[in-house]
Amino acid sequence: MSSSKYETVIGLEVHVELRTHSKIFCGCSTEFGAPPNTHTCPICLGHPGVLPVLNKQAVEYAIKAAMAINCEIADVSKFDRKNYFYPDSPKAYQISQYDQPIGQNGWIDIEVDGKTKRIGITRLHLEEDAGKLTHIDGGYASLVDFNRVGTPLVEIVSEPDISSPEEARAYLEKMRAIMQYCEVSDVKMEEGSMRCDANISIRPYGQKEFGTRAELKNMNSFRGVQKGLEYEEFRQAEILDEGGVVVQETRRWDEAQGKTLTMRGKEEAHDYRYFPDPDLVKVYIDEEWKNRIRETIPELPDARKERYTSEYGLPSYDAEVITSSKPIADLFEDSLKYTKDAKSVSNWIMGELLGYLNSNNLEFSEVKMTGQGLGEMIGLIEKGTISTKIAKTVFKEMLESGKLPQKIVEEKGLVQISDEGAIKAIVEQVVAANPQSVEDYKAGKQKAIGFLVGQVMKESRGKANPAIVNKLLEEVLMQ
Amino acid sequence: MSLLNQNLKEIHSKLHDKELSVLELVEDTFRAISERDGRIGAYLTLNEEGAKSTARRLDDKLSSGGQRGLLFGLPAAIKDNIVTEGIRTTCASQFLSNFNPVYDATVVRKLRDADAVTIGKLNMDEFAMGGSNENSSFHPVHNPWDLERVPGGSSGGSAAAVAAGEAYFALGSDTGGSIRQPASYCGVVGLKPTYGLVSRFGLVAFASSLDQIGPVTKNVEDAAYVLQSIAGYDNMDSTSANVEIPDYLSALTGDVKGLRVAVPKEYMGEGVDATVKEKVEAALKELESMGAIIEEVSLPHTEYAVAAYYLLASSEASSNLARFDGVRYGVRAGQSGNLLDLYHESRSQGFGPEVKRRIMLGTYALSSGYYDAFYLKAQKARTLIKRDFDQVFEKYDVIIGPTAPTTAFKLGAQVDDPLTMYLNDILTIPVSLAGVPAISVPCGFADGLPVGLQIIGKAFDERTVLRVAGAFEQNTEYHKQKPNL
Repeated sequence: MSSSKYETVIGLEVHVELRTHSKIFCGCSTEFGAPPNTHTCPICLGHPGVLPVLNKQAVEYAIKAAMAINCEIADVSKFDRKNYFYPDSPKAYQISQYDQPIGQNGWIDIEVDGKTKRIGITRLHLEEDAGKLTHIDGGYASLVDFNRVGTPLVEIVSEPDISSPEEARAYLEKMRAIMQYCEVSDVKMEEGSMRCDANISIRPYGQKEFGTRAELKNMNSFRGVQKGLEYEEFRQAEILDEGGVVVQETRRWDEAQGKTLTMRGKEEAHDYRYFPDPDLVKVYIDEEWKNRIRETIPELPDARKERYTSEYGLPSYDAEVITSSKPIADLFEDSLKYTKDAKSVSNWIMGELLGYLNSNNLEFSEVKMTGQGLGEMIGLIEKGTISTKIAKTVFKEMLESGKLPQKIVEEKGLVQISDEGAIKAIVEQVVAANPQSVEDYKAGKQKAIGFLVGQVMKESRGKANPAIVNKLLEEVLMQ
Repeated sequence: MSLLNQNLKEIHSKLHDKELSVLELVEDTFRAISERDGRIGAYLTLNEEGAKSTARRLDDKLSSGGQRGLLFGLPAAIKDNIVTEGIRTTCASQFLSNFNPVYDATVVRKLRDADAVTIGKLNMDEFAMGGSNENSSFHPVHNPWDLERVPGGSSGGSAAAVAAGEAYFALGSDTGGSIRQPASYCGVVGLKPTYGLVSRFGLVAFASSLDQIGPVTKNVEDAAYVLQSIAGYDNMDSTSANVEIPDYLSALTGDVKGLRVAVPKEYMGEGVDATVKEKVEAALKELESMGAIIEEVSLPHTEYAVAAYYLLASSEASSNLARFDGVRYGVRAGQSGNLLDLYHESRSQGFGPEVKRRIMLGTYALSSGYYDAFYLKAQKARTLIKRDFDQVFEKYDVIIGPTAPTTAFKLGAQVDDPLTMYLNDILTIPVSLAGVPAISVPCGFADGLPVGLQIIGKAFDERTVLRVAGAFEQNTEYHKQKPNL
């Protein structure tokens, strides 16, 4: 931020696609990646005379999602039409929810800089997705794919409780984790099954009224959300610093240019003319239904985090990172069926696994290692079968092939050498070949032993048991 | 004399006795159409090849002794806002002059299951908006009783086709009176069922919370037959009622003894022609003589019905008709510069003036800042109107009054005066807002023009409506009179 005079106020609108097999108002498949316009029918194409019929599974997922973010669930919910003309909307209205959403008044907790902050959720409502437009030939024409039209979405609107781009990112990551734990969505930002728009304004510290906000769109990754908001924060502060006035408008984050650009002004804002959709009936959600759904909600990230710190003694930060992704948290727990050393499992996940994913730009779903593999590998280290150094090789192989560590060790001949006779031969050989280091050591330079250990490890191609190497080296040097 | 002038039982017995074939019946219908429809204008699209091929299939079924549907072999005509797979469906709009649906409406499938034969698609007011059929963007329909007069609307084609013997029966749709008022003007029977009784799937929506499909027939018995065939829950329509469908035919007992009939004073007051009132009063006397108990009641919120209706129906229409944008189907305006021009020009050219008027009215009523004053207030009025009916039905079996305040007026007489035109529906609109069933049956002639009696029932009590209508019809001869064509 260009100046610390201002306080940032951010509210997020998150769209999450629900993972129902069929669309929200017709029987078409919701599968991602099919050839354009193959998952369509007269209903989702909005042909004259068709009517929507609500997918009950979509309602159940929406209720589950709303419960997971601590919303009050409506007893009676209804659908409304949001009217607008655009080629991605074949009926020229989107079926959404206006004043009786599925859930209201919820919250989630986020953690930034070791501090927990509660972010309010205004509402969660159910709606249908629009089609997908692809603009070609420099804007000469647009292609429309209606496969996505009618995919069920929940829109989750936060209170303006978010005070920095970093918090916004933490909120999104927590939201993703919760939806993932509930198994209501794939929540993949890259595939668009999770999307985010933001409202951001700044105001001088102490001012009660909100500043004029900009609505920010087209942020297609967690990083994009943070970068876009950082830019916007900066832009608005610069305007105020220069005595200017921020105009209310919708802006688009341009990833390539690294800045936000005007999309449309306030005067071009739509009047959506919401009104109750007369083609649909109200949804009555009784206590029994609510209870039945509530029972299907699994342990959520915060609860798991709490358990990991209290039960396994993990540091809060590690527990936060591991539980932020359900499959990684599941890996952690699976591993513990094969080893008791939770801290060690955590270290391998935090260091090697996340490092590997980051440096190769991979998703966890793209690696093949299992909890059994990781747990057994730690067991092999404990037994001294392999060294920590060899384990790194085994770990990488597990990520890529999914093979169990015992098999990798056997196939590659990676078993640690703990036979003192064999190691002593190498030690003596190294000592003989490095008289200078031996002199240095004897002269009191403790560091020299490190070099000699390294040489022994090198000679054994990493397989020598480091503890035995150290012991034998000291014995030989003492002679 | 046309074969279609026989009643259903006569036709079925002749078919059974091989004195008549379905093909002969269908060919006779097309003969009547070619002879008369140049003067009437009831049809927009004929399904001659399809109908003949269906007729041959049904004749085969007849000779092989297969199971026969309730409407076996009967030539049916369908209002052109009900989609028919492969048969052009225009809603009488230039916008859809090239539109061939890819699926059948539920009622069309049900008619086929009942072995009816689809003869063609019927003229109407564009997108069912109008009360005179003059809003058809193709050509007007002429009243068979007086070719200089309108047949009513919006199901003007349906009523005129049945009155002129160009179809054995027709399907219409009723949003604020669009089946009953033309039935009244053309001297035929028109039934608007309870909202939710007949599936709307495949009915091109005008005002979704009001639209209902119903039969237009020569007599009450036929109305019962057709209703029996098309009523019922449809899982493709969320507003379809999951109720058991009773036997409508057995309701036609001819007996109204002890039946409690309410006559709203608001339906017999100012604005209703003296000649119409006279015929309705005579009809009430007739029912009284048959043993019914007639009493005056009040439906106090009647005066708000027309205003509430035009706000609600237009609001829904403004959204329902937004999908017609020239992009995916229908007629696209050529040489549009950009997307907005394409929408603007296609919609400007595609829709007629009345449709535009209602889209604008509805758009306005739903606009931010006006919603509470218009749409919401109209919904409240609707609730009060519905309550009026509920209260009367606590004590009475049916409500009876005129269907329309006047008989058919002359073509062109009201086209420049939409407000007067809207008042033609003053007696049918409250019923639509309440969602209850009503039938219009002929109850006499004023200056040679038919007058219709409206019999209104409780929700899902079509049996009582049909019973009263049937009993009245059995004691009168009006339905037997035919226009001189």
